[in-house]
Amino acid sequence: MKALQNLFDNLKPNFEKGGKWEKFYTLYEGHRTIVFAPDSTTSNTGTQIKDAVDLKRVMITVVIAMIPALIFGMWNVGHQHFIATGEEATLLAKFGIGAMKVVPILIVSYAVGLATEFVFCVVRNHPISEGYLVTGMLIGLIMPATIPLWQVALATIFAVVIGKEAFGGTGMNILNVALTARAFLYFAYPGQISGDVWTYFGDKQPVDGFSGATVLAYGASAVSNGTDMMQDMAGHWYDGMFSFWNMFLGIIPGSIGETSVVMILIGALILVFTNVGSWKIIVSVFAGAYAMGLLFNAVGGNSYMMLPAHFHLVAGGLAFGAVFMATDPVSAAQTETGKWIYGFMIGILTVLIRVLNPAYPEGIMLAILFMNVFAPLIDYYVVDANKKRRLKRATI
Amino acid sequence: MNIFFILLPRFSSRAILIKMSKTIKLKRGFDINLAGKPDKKISSSTPSETYAIKPTDFPNITRPKLLVNEGDTVKAGSPLLYDKFMEDVMFCSPVSGEVVEIKRGEKRKLLEVKVLADKEIVYEDYKKFSPSDVAGLSREDAIAAMVKGGVWPNIIQRPYGLVADPSSEPKAIFISGFDSNPLAPDLAFQLDDKAQYFQSGLDVLKKMTSGKVHLNINGQAEVAQVFSQATGVEINKISGQHPAGNVGVQIHHLDPINKGDIVWTVTPYGVAQIGQLFIEGKYDASKLIAVTGSEVKDPAYVKTYVGAQVGKLAGDKVSGTNLRFISGNPLTGENVGQEGYLGFYHGQVTVIPEGDYEEFLGWLKPSATKLSFHKALGLLSFLNKKKEYVVDTNTHGEDRPFVVTGAFEEVLPMDILPTYLFKAILAEDFDDMEALGIFELVEEDVAICEFIDPSKHELQKLLRQGIDLIKNN
Repeated sequence: MKALQNLFDNLKPNFEKGGKWEKFYTLYEGHRTIVFAPDSTTSNTGTQIKDAVDLKRVMITVVIAMIPALIFGMWNVGHQHFIATGEEATLLAKFGIGAMKVVPILIVSYAVGLATEFVFCVVRNHPISEGYLVTGMLIGLIMPATIPLWQVALATIFAVVIGKEAFGGTGMNILNVALTARAFLYFAYPGQISGDVWTYFGDKQPVDGFSGATVLAYGASAVSNGTDMMQDMAGHWYDGMFSFWNMFLGIIPGSIGETSVVMILIGALILVFTNVGSWKIIVSVFAGAYAMGLLFNAVGGNSYMMLPAHFHLVAGGLAFGAVFMATDPVSAAQTETGKWIYGFMIGILTVLIRVLNPAYPEGIMLAILFMNVFAPLIDYYVVDANKKRRLKRATI
Repeated sequence: MNIFFILLPRFSSRAILIKMSKTIKLKRGFDINLAGKPDKKISSSTPSETYAIKPTDFPNITRPKLLVNEGDTVKAGSPLLYDKFMEDVMFCSPVSGEVVEIKRGEKRKLLEVKVLADKEIVYEDYKKFSPSDVAGLSREDAIAAMVKGGVWPNIIQRPYGLVADPSSEPKAIFISGFDSNPLAPDLAFQLDDKAQYFQSGLDVLKKMTSGKVHLNINGQAEVAQVFSQATGVEINKISGQHPAGNVGVQIHHLDPINKGDIVWTVTPYGVAQIGQLFIEGKYDASKLIAVTGSEVKDPAYVKTYVGAQVGKLAGDKVSGTNLRFISGNPLTGENVGQEGYLGFYHGQVTVIPEGDYEEFLGWLKPSATKLSFHKALGLLSFLNKKKEYVVDTNTHGEDRPFVVTGAFEEVLPMDILPTYLFKAILAEDFDDMEALGIFELVEEDVAICEFIDPSKHELQKLLRQGIDLIKNN
C-alpha cells in the first residue's frame, strides 16, 4: 500500500497548481480517493466526527444489489439464444454466450460514460462524482443483448451530457440518467430497441415457428387483432414460456437485466434493508400497477384489459424500473409523502401506457421519466403543506 | 404527519392538563454510542493556571468593548468586557487573578482574555438575598442584578441562539435536564454543590416570563431529586434517542417558536449559577467538567472553573499522540487544541484520535469497527448497538451534492424538512427559510444530520449562515 501511496505522492506535484497537468487535478484526486479513502478530517467547528458512510459506499451498494439481475441476465441471454436456435447447451455455454454479449455493452457504457464525465469534471473543475458507478450498470442492464455497441456509446454520451451535466452534474439532474439513454435510443433508433430484438442468434437460424415477441407485444397484437391474449400466450411456440411463474423467474426474452423478478427482488431486499432505496417507492409502484390492472379488469373491453393484474407485475421492465430506476433519489420525489404518490403514479401510468397505447408496448420507461418531471411538483405541494402547518400553528 | 410521532398518553386529557406537564416520546433519532463515557465520580487534576473568556463563544458579540488591560488584577465576577450593542450585559472573569494576555486575531478581532488565577479565589461582592427575598424581587431588579453579575449570558434566546436581550420578554423558558449528545455529562451530577441554588434560580427565571418555565427531564432514566422536586415549573418527560435532550427539539413539541415569538433557554448549570448569585452574592464559575473520549483513561469529572485550559483538564489521563482536544461534545464542540480553553457553554472535554490517514479502499471494505447510522454495504455497526465505538476525526468521504433523501428526516424528530431548509439557505431564499422553520433551529439541532450526511456537508455552519442572513435582513 505504501508503494501505491508513494506513487500517488510522486505524481501529485504534476497535478497541483503550477504543475504541468494542473488542469487535471480533479482526475488525480478522483483516482486517488478510489484507491484510498481520503485523509481529510473534520473542521474545527461543527461535528468533530462523521458517519462512516459516503456516497461511494451508497452507490456501490446499489451496484451490488444489481449483480443478481446481471448474472441471471447473462445466463438468460445465452439460454434464450439456445432455445431459439433449438440447441441443447450446458450452463457454462449459456453463460459464455451471455457474457460475450453483455460484458462488451457494460464496458462501453462505463468507458464512454466515465470518459464523458471526466471531460466535464476537468472543464468545470468539479470533483469526479460516483453517481456513474450506478448509471453505467443500469444502462447496460436495460439494453437488449443485440444492441449495436456504437448505439450504446451514443446513448451514453447523450444521457450524461444532456441528462446530467447540462443540469450541473450528479445530484442536479431532473431525469434518471440511464432512462434518458434508453429513451434516446427508443426514439432515435427504434429498430434496434423495439420489435424482435430481444433474442441473440449469432450466425444461426431460429427454429421453425420462432417468435421473439415479449408478453407486452402479445398484448398489443391481441388488441389489434381482436384475439384472446391469454390464449395467444398459451400458444407460444415454446411451451410454458409465458406462464406466470416462468415470467416471475425471468426465463423469457427481454432486456438484459429486466426479466427476472426473483433476482430483482433480491436486489430490492438489499436496497430496502440498507435503506439505500426507498421501500415506499418500490411498494407503491407495484401497488399502482396492480391497482390499475384491477381497474382494467373491472372495466373490461379487450383481452389485454382483462389480463390478470398480477401478470403486469412480472411483465416487461416494471420490477426493474420500480426497484432500480424509480428509487433513484435524485430524480424521484424527495419528501416521504411525495414518494408514495410518485411511486403509485408510476405504477398507474405504466399499465395505462402498456394497455391503452399501441405505439409503446412498454410503459415503465416513459412512466418514470414522466414522473421524474412531476416529482418536483409533488414535492412542492408536500413542502407547502409543511409550511402551512407551521403558519397555522402561529395563528392558533 | 410527523405529529404522529408525538404519542401523548392515552388518558392525556383532564388529569394531565391540570398538571400541565407533558410526556413526549420521540421515535426518531440516533444515539451515537462512543467509547469513553464519564463515570459519575470526581477525579483530581492539576488545576489550570490560566482561564480565558472567549467572545467568540457568543454569536452576538460583534463589537466587544474591553474593560481591563493586560496587567490588571480582577476578582472572580469582575466584568471583563461587554458588547457595544448590549451594553448592560457584563461578561465576567471566572476566577480572580491577573489579566495576563489579551489575544487578538486577524483585523484585531478579540479572541481571548486570559486571566492567571490566584491560588485562593476572591469573589466580587454582589447583593445577597434570602430565598424569601428572591420571591419578592421585581423583574427589573432581578435582571439588573443578573446582567451585572455575570450570569446573564447563561440565558440564550431563540430564534437565532443568541445571548438573550434583557429588554425582551420571552413567551416561555425552557430548561433541558439531560444531554443526549455522545459522551454527554450527567447534568444533575454536574451541578455538584450548586444543586442547592437550583430552585432559587428557577424562582428568578419565573419572574422573567408571564408564560411557563419548562423543565424537561429524561423519561427513560432515573431523575435526580434536584429536578424531580423542583417547584413552580412544568416538568415534562421526554424520551427518545438523541437529539431528544436538545432543548430545541423539546420546544418544538411543547410550545413551538413561531414568527415573532421569543423563547429563552438555560442549562441547569446556568439556572444554579443564577440562583447562587442571588443567594450567595457571588458569580461562582466553578464547574464540574466531564473529561471524556476514547483516548482518556478512566473518564470522569474534574472540578475547575469556566474557561479552563483543556489540556490541563485532561492532564496525564490522556495517552498517545495525534489527538484532538475538543471543548464540548463530538457533535457540537470545537477543536481548541491541548492549549486551548473551554468554551463558556461547554460542560465537557472530549479527546479522540485524529483521522488524518488514508485508508486503502476505505469506502468499500466491510467494517465492524466503524460507526454508521446507515447500513450501506459492509457497515455492520447496526448489528451491535450496545458496542461503544472509537471514532476518529476522519470525514470518511468527500463533499458532494445532496443525493440521498429521507435520511435527515429519520434522525431529526421535528416536523421540519431539513434538506429543503438547507437548500433555501443556499439559495438565500428568506421567505422559504422562514416558512421551513429556521426560527426553530440552532446549530446543535442539526448536528446529528451533519454527522449522518453521506454528502459530508457542514450543515451547522450552513444553518448559522442562514440565521445570520435572516437576522441581519
